[in-house]
Amino acid sequence: MSLNKVSRQAMPCQDPKSRATNFTEVATGYSEEQALLEASRCLQCKKPLCRQGCPVEVLIPDFIKLISEKDYMGAARKLKEKNNLPAVCGRVCPQESQCESKCILGIKSDPVAIGRLERFASDYEIAHGCCEQEKAPATGKKVAIIGGGPAGLTCAADLAKLGHAVTIFEALHVAGGVLMYGIPEFRLPKGVVQTEIDNLKRLGVEVKTNMVVGKATSVDELMEQDGYDAAFIGTGAGLPYFMNIPGENLLGVYSANEFLTRSNLMKAYQFPDHVTPIRIGKRVAVLGAGNVAMDASRTALRLGAEESIIVYRRSREEMPARHEELEHAEEEGVKFQLLTNPIEIIGDENGVVKGMKCLRYELGEPDASGRRSPVAIPGSEFILDVDTVVVAIGQGPNPLVTKSTPGLELNRKGNIVADDSMTTSKPGVFAGGDIVTGAATVILAMGAGKTAAKSIDAYLKTK
Amino acid sequence: MYPIVKRRDLTSGIVLLEVQAPEVAAKAQPGQFVIVRSDDKGERIPLTIADFNRETGTITIVIQDVGYSSKMINTLGEGDAFLDFVGPLGLATDIEKYGRVVCVAGGVGAAPIYPIARALQQAGNEVITIIGSRCKDLLILDEEMAEVCDQVVIATNDGSVGVKGFVTDALDGIIKQYDGKIDHIWAIGPMIMMKAVVEFTRPLGIKTVVSLNPIMVDGTGMCGACRVSVGGETKFACVDGPEFDGHLVDFDLAMRRLTYFKDEEKRASARDNCGGGCGCH
Ligand SMILES: Cc1cc2nc3c(=O)[nH]c(=O)nc-3n(C[C@H](O)[C@H](O)[C@H](O)COP(=O)(O)OP(=O)(O)OC[C@H]3O[C@@H](n4cnc5c(N)ncnc54)[C@H](O)[C@@H]3O)c2cc1C
Ligand SMILES: Cc1cc2nc3c(=O)[nH]c(=O)nc-3n(C[C@H](O)[C@H](O)[C@H](O)COP(=O)(O)OP(=O)(O)OC[C@H]3O[C@@H](n4cnc5c(N)ncnc54)[C@H](O)[C@@H]3O)c2cc1C
Ligand code: SF4
Ligand code: SF4
Ligand code: FES
Repeated sequence: MSLNKVSRQAMPCQDPKSRATNFTEVATGYSEEQALLEASRCLQCKKPLCRQGCPVEVLIPDFIKLISEKDYMGAARKLKEKNNLPAVCGRVCPQESQCESKCILGIKSDPVAIGRLERFASDYEIAHGCCEQEKAPATGKKVAIIGGGPAGLTCAADLAKLGHAVTIFEALHVAGGVLMYGIPEFRLPKGVVQTEIDNLKRLGVEVKTNMVVGKATSVDELMEQDGYDAAFIGTGAGLPYFMNIPGENLLGVYSANEFLTRSNLMKAYQFPDHVTPIRIGKRVAVLGAGNVAMDASRTALRLGAEESIIVYRRSREEMPARHEELEHAEEEGVKFQLLTNPIEIIGDENGVVKGMKCLRYELGEPDASGRRSPVAIPGSEFILDVDTVVVAIGQGPNPLVTKSTPGLELNRKGNIVADDSMTTSKPGVFAGGDIVTGAATVILAMGAGKTAAKSIDAYLKTK
Repeated sequence: MYPIVKRRDLTSGIVLLEVQAPEVAAKAQPGQFVIVRSDDKGERIPLTIADFNRETGTITIVIQDVGYSSKMINTLGEGDAFLDFVGPLGLATDIEKYGRVVCVAGGVGAAPIYPIARALQQAGNEVITIIGSRCKDLLILDEEMAEVCDQVVIATNDGSVGVKGFVTDALDGIIKQYDGKIDHIWAIGPMIMMKAVVEFTRPLGIKTVVSLNPIMVDGTGMCGACRVSVGGETKFACVDGPEFDGHLVDFDLAMRRLTYFKDEEKRASARDNCGGGCGCH
């Protein structure tokens, strides 16, 4: 590594103690100096392996080169050629398992911090006014996008750039999907998401909020009566799973979706200035160990919980959360009660949670997924003293759209079946993101939206 | 924005608003609800659709001021607008020809029951409606109801009009009058009233549908805040309801769940009265 003496630049963060009490962004972003240093590490590979790790094929060496030339606006423009939400991806992409996992530097040392550079360039653009985006002449074709999450937003942007008239139908009062209601402000400021959505509107995309497809309208109606030539379904994985143990309807048991929606979308952390309440006890148990669980446990601390405890059935190695999120949670003081699973939530005389009966587990033989499966230790029952429980064990597909769309093939779990081109069994209807794959990641949803836009464009040409 | 085109004060604290929302009006059915937000800092508040007009593209809601957000909405008038107005949500009432049916409304429950009673009558049922309120002055929509029902019975706690007593007393009278020959009952009102009706009709074996009003956030099945227990199963009232077979509903749980944010609700209401600086925030 003699070529490369500069080491990977660390992301500056707010101090863990103080940040655990506020909702301002944890990672504060590279300084110009850091960005230039980090950009200088990139070898500008002729065959950039990093790009293979990016589902939307960001022109990685090209944008990094522009950063090193101090053409930050140019870098942002370069990013936008492939990625409509770079300020979002730069923050929440699991880069370590995407682009950065493929970076050639990673073989012998640390990969280039592609995501952090991506964030740097896009934040520069947001701060200095947005760059123009090119748009093809109008084709006269209309496309309906159902669901305004990352999949829908990406599909919409690409189709708009190709000259199609695009309308997004979003059930909530703002578009953005999980970016708005799920991922907390301290990881992804909502202003950043809104800026990206406003850019989309500038491209001519119409966003109709408060439109629940399956209720106010339906896919068939949009296509048969309202003249849409094609539709893309990107309704996500928005149906919260519960454990199905006794006591789950007690007061103080939230789904992670409810807990995070109250805090993020409805801004309950600014209660009572924002009127939606959230009630938080002294000791909060969060069930699960994915990104959603980390977000919920860190939110609980910020809302004033004295203790926030992740309760997980397996061990640390099996935790599905991103390593960085896990570390951040730990630094902030989130506790981990591992190899533990609740069997009952216990309430007081008013029906409010006062404890959780749990079993201890040990790791047995590896299962089909290669993970060692947890086995309950007989007689290990104990009561975890908590007064709030947040269930973050996963989400499934919401059936409102799928049930109201005849002719749409679903799999056993209720996800829409789509092929590699995101084409469904119903002519003119495409789908992508979590509604097809089950809960996954922002960038995979965006990749699906992009692929679908290509397929829709091709489909429209045949019509 | 969703402009308010008409405001009518029904009685103290209960206001009827007609709102321009063509997409909702085009699809609304009796039994369904909307979720509204008055401003950018507001809560998402569920309200039953009290009437709809497909021609004018309007939805009627009737709202009682019980706390901060409902009070705030009740200050709105013609010319004001809702920032958000989403619907129609939930499942529609099962309207068919049952025969002789009774609609029981308590308080503001008269509003949601009105379109149900009308639809039932149009479907060829004999519709008897009982409206209960504390006293004559708090009675709402009795005249409108009379136009769409075969018979309207009023019950007031103080006897200032109609039968003196609770809606269950009036219901008892009707059931006796028809010798128990009632084919279906709907009951909408405060939880405690619906529970009383359900307990009353349970031994008689008359099918009784209630409309539950748990705390909600999104109204699309995404958050689970609205979960209720029906026949031992957890249901999301916003998508599986809001109407359920009353004999299967766990009312005690539903009533308890409504109280969870009581302290916070008080703080929200207090903040505008005290002007801050008092430590109550
Ligand atoms: C708390 C949390 C944290 C996460 N953290 C990360 C992370 O750090 N990194 C990462 O890569 N991924 C993360 N994820 C996963 C990621 O957010 C999702 O995979 C991604 O958002 C999926 O995008 P989507 O467009 O498919 O669906 P969504 O983002 O779920 O959007 C779907 C949209 O469709 C709308 N909709 C649903 N039904 C209807 C209807 N009937 N009519 C109209 N509109 C409808 C919804 O309101 C929503 O706006 C996280 C998820 C959660 C919940
Ligand atoms: C499906 C449904 C239909 C409804 N229809 C009507 C109607 O037609 N007319 C009417 O006046 N009221 C109706 N309600 C009740 C109405 O939504 C609540 O009264 C209102 O949300 C109270 O808000 P607040 O801030 O004024 O009062 P708060 O002080 O917040 O609370 C007062 C009471 O309302 C309950 N409540 C608080 N927030 C919510 C919420 N987000 N969702 C449901 N209940 C809540 C509380 O448990 C408490 O008992 C309906 C509720 C549901 C779920
Ligand atoms: S979008 Fe995500 S995967 Fe693609 S380059 Fe950016 S950080 Fe990497
Ligand atoms: S693989 Fe790494 S070094 Fe090569 S271009 Fe990509 S980021 Fe730069
Ligand atoms: S209100 Fe959120 S699931 Fe019913």
